[in-house]
Amino acid sequence: MKDLKYILPGILFGIILTKSQVISWFRINSMFKFEEAHMYLIISSAIAIGLVSYLLIKIFKIKDVKGEKIKISEKEMNSGVIIGGTIFGLGWAVTGACPGPIFAQIGAGEFPALLTLAGAIVGAFIYSRLKSKLPH
Amino acid sequence: MFGISSSFDYICSVVFPGNSKENITDFINKNRWKFYFVIGITIGGWIANFLLSETPAKFLPESYHSLSGYVQLLAGGILVGFGTRYANGCTSGHSITGISTLQKSGIIATIFFFVGGLIMTFLFY
Repeated sequence: MKDLKYILPGILFGIILTKSQVISWFRINSMFKFEEAHMYLIISSAIAIGLVSYLLIKIFKIKDVKGEKIKISEKEMNSGVIIGGTIFGLGWAVTGACPGPIFAQIGAGEFPALLTLAGAIVGAFIYSRLKSKLPH
Repeated sequence: MFGISSSFDYICSVVFPGNSKENITDFINKNRWKFYFVIGITIGGWIANFLLSETPAKFLPESYHSLSGYVQLLAGGILVGFGTRYANGCTSGHSITGISTLQKSGIIATIFFFVGGLIMTFLFY
């Protein structure tokens, strides 16, 4: 039950994703066709704010709510990032949704996105089965 | 970092227990917050589109509300789930958090997300 509080940042993130139309297939399509700046501006402003926050945390050694040091884990660079990344990109262009937006699309009443979610769970399952045989 | 694409892993291990991880109970307990987080995103999508919008917006093309659309979404979803797990992150974990914390993997991942997206859009959409 202590994890229930995570529903709140989820709601906030869902509202932001929906209101900024990051969950729109049309916006994703226009992004990949370089027709408008919408998605590029959103992604860049998110990165800019993340970068400023990261630097502030580092420079002022900001602690988390429990008073502990905030440590940002490094993601390993391997060929999975390249191969898996490309596969995800293919699916992103089809569904108009990266993982977070799948849930927001469902909430926003686009029920066909339930199939995107079902597919994503199956995809994660297939990966867990093939993991040891894939190049990383 | 946000735990969104790994929430698929979580749902997966709940739906097919005993599959992916060694100690399933530990894994489920440690990752339960991701489940609540994505439930929150779903509720947020509903609030934004139905309570905070004068007219609810459409986010998928009309053509996706059909059998061939469902097949495309299911197939696309498999690519999303497989690809994000294989890449160990998605747009939030790699593109946003990864790049803003100056990680090489974040930049490389974002480039290849675009490579995939551009190929698919160029060929079919």
